[in-house]
Amino acid sequence: MKLSSLLAASLLALSLGAPLGSSAASAEDAHGGNQPPRLKWSYAGVFGRFDQAQLQRGFQVYKEVCSACHSMKLVDFRNLAEEGGPDFSESQVKALAATYQVKDGPNDAGEMFERPGRPADKFPPPFPNDQAAAAANGGKAPPDFSVLAKARTFERGFPWFITDALPFVGYSEQGVDYIHAVLNGYEEPPKGTEVPDGVHYNKYYPGHLIAMPNPISDGQVTYAKNEAGQPVVPETVDQYTRDVAAFMAWAAEPHMMARKALGLRVILFLILLSGLLYYVKKRVWADVGGEVHGLQPELHKAG
Amino acid sequence: MSAHANAYVPKSRVAKWFEARLPILGLVHSSFVAFPVPRNLNYFWTFGAILMAFLGIQIVTGVWLAMHYEPSATQAFNSVEHIMRDVNYGWLLRYAHANGASMFFVAVYVHIFRALYYGSYKAPREVLYILGVIIYLLMMATAFLGYTLPWGQMSFWGATVITNILAAIPVVGDTIQSLLWGGYSVGNPTINRFFSLHYLLPWMIVGVVVLHVWALHVTGQNNPTGIPIKSSKDAVPFTPYATIKDVFAVVVFMILFAWFIFYQPNYLGHADNYVPANPAVTPAHIVPEWYFLPFYAILRAVPSKLGGVILMFSAVLILALAPWLDTSRVRSCNYRPIYRQFFWLFLAVTVILGWLGAKPPEGGYVIASQICTFYYFAHFLLVMPIVGLIETPKALPGSILESVTGPGKQVSGSGMPAGAAAAPTTKG
Repeated sequence: MKLSSLLAASLLALSLGAPLGSSAASAEDAHGGNQPPRLKWSYAGVFGRFDQAQLQRGFQVYKEVCSACHSMKLVDFRNLAEEGGPDFSESQVKALAATYQVKDGPNDAGEMFERPGRPADKFPPPFPNDQAAAAANGGKAPPDFSVLAKARTFERGFPWFITDALPFVGYSEQGVDYIHAVLNGYEEPPKGTEVPDGVHYNKYYPGHLIAMPNPISDGQVTYAKNEAGQPVVPETVDQYTRDVAAFMAWAAEPHMMARKALGLRVILFLILLSGLLYYVKKRVWADVGGEVHGLQPELHKAG
Repeated sequence: MSAHANAYVPKSRVAKWFEARLPILGLVHSSFVAFPVPRNLNYFWTFGAILMAFLGIQIVTGVWLAMHYEPSATQAFNSVEHIMRDVNYGWLLRYAHANGASMFFVAVYVHIFRALYYGSYKAPREVLYILGVIIYLLMMATAFLGYTLPWGQMSFWGATVITNILAAIPVVGDTIQSLLWGGYSVGNPTINRFFSLHYLLPWMIVGVVVLHVWALHVTGQNNPTGIPIKSSKDAVPFTPYATIKDVFAVVVFMILFAWFIFYQPNYLGHADNYVPANPAVTPAHIVPEWYFLPFYAILRAVPSKLGGVILMFSAVLILALAPWLDTSRVRSCNYRPIYRQFFWLFLAVTVILGWLGAKPPEGGYVIASQICTFYYFAHFLLVMPIVGLIETPKALPGSILESVTGPGKQVSGSGMPAGAAAAPTTKG
């Protein structure tokens, strides 16, 4: 039996398992959400790069809307000016940080005090602690934004979970697609669905009942206009949530662009090196009459 | 075996002085230079070198990560994020370490299944093989401990599930659990202990790897025919032939590794582990890392907790009995037409168990897990002994050389030891 027959056997086994899979999928529908639509992201794929204008808009949405409830404790103001991010200028970041009051201390008199923020400070949370955040939000603290884009995903199922890892057809933006989908998933509950007080119906949220009320509406955030006074992108929920999701992707992975750029060089180098090594190896083995090729040469030999 | 055919002769005065006092250069020479390698090894035999490379990568990246990591229930998650954000190339170190663990297991599974296919566990390599099973066990413990250290939801709940499993062991279970916890639940003392053990176990792996290589160099390598080296023409010296092939294979494997580090760094992990550990909130599905999934499926296949624990550990330990369960006199599956089919079936069952381990333990999944678990053990306890007795193996080749060239043909050049000194020839 060769590799092909192994694959056939595995596929057969998996297709036998498919009825189990489909029954479980419907069970998941009962307590889960729908599959979020897959969006195009500028930073997806090997050559992906963040769109700086989009990250800046996304930050604006975070600042004006989300940050009322959601902290972003692991991100420093200075990160906003670092390479591979929203690329604000140092002075913009300095001015931005100064608009926040940061708790510091104790001072020489042993007292805590408030002072204007500096670029090296982390984003101050909207609530003094998780308990206060939970108390103000119906018993559960709104999740921190710092790594939320990596902390959310959805099941892709067979065979997609395999192809998701591959070059070109790969998919690693489930987190932002899910976030975008949930933010656009508020709708009237289907007939017969009870929605208790304090929760809201959402098409994409697992279980469909989400504590967060619909947080954003069309026209709520005013984006900067271009020189002609025209809006650059539409001021719609769809656009806001794409922008803020992209910003969250950056906040969760601030070195993503450096990672992808280095990866390309490393992989090209390794391919080149392995090519050279292959020929060195061939040359070395020529001394003893060449190497045996094929994984199981004796299987193909007569006698 | 002629491991000392090319005895090491120190050339420089310093080397002579040193060799007379500690013959370690001679040891390296006999193990990695003059060591006779069967000339028909295929690429499945390069995974030992790949595993060595990953052991080194894990230790180096791990030592560096430990310089920035804080093993405490309140700081662990943030210190990992500090590594990701503020440490120079910290993201590279962490992603290399996390994906390195997965690649380590990819390589070890190829290595194990290679040993099973070609009968590398059979006499005289039983001790070599059992040392390998011990390394595998140590790897599993190390990987589990390491996965708890970021202190995300999956870390915390994985640690909780596994330590609860250990409590099912009769008599000593509770004591083991309290010792690991350092208290009455998974908490700050646990992460301190796990960090310490996660740093300790790799050095035990290094120790057993030394024994593994030592045992290998006593018995020599198996090969795709399963027949031993009979003459110097069957073998080539380790350096340069195996060295260059191993280096090539390691570099090719590094391409796969780099792909995951740079483009799919979180594919093999769980999104839930980016949620900080919260003892008050249980994740919807607690799932271990992919390399534990077959054993997780076996654990959950049995309704009894203790029964599941026994089966799960047996599933690993039964590997160590393979040398005595397999009754065939022929090593390589290439000459075992019936057992070869069962080998592939066993591999497929293991893969399916892995898939089932990722599914919720309900309905058809549990039944499928039970069937596959039964087959997993039946492979060792029924198929291995019975097929070995009833099967008629194909005719073995007269020698390794004959399997390479076909009967009666000659190859240019020769094997050990003249081959090492042969002049390079140009391919024409």
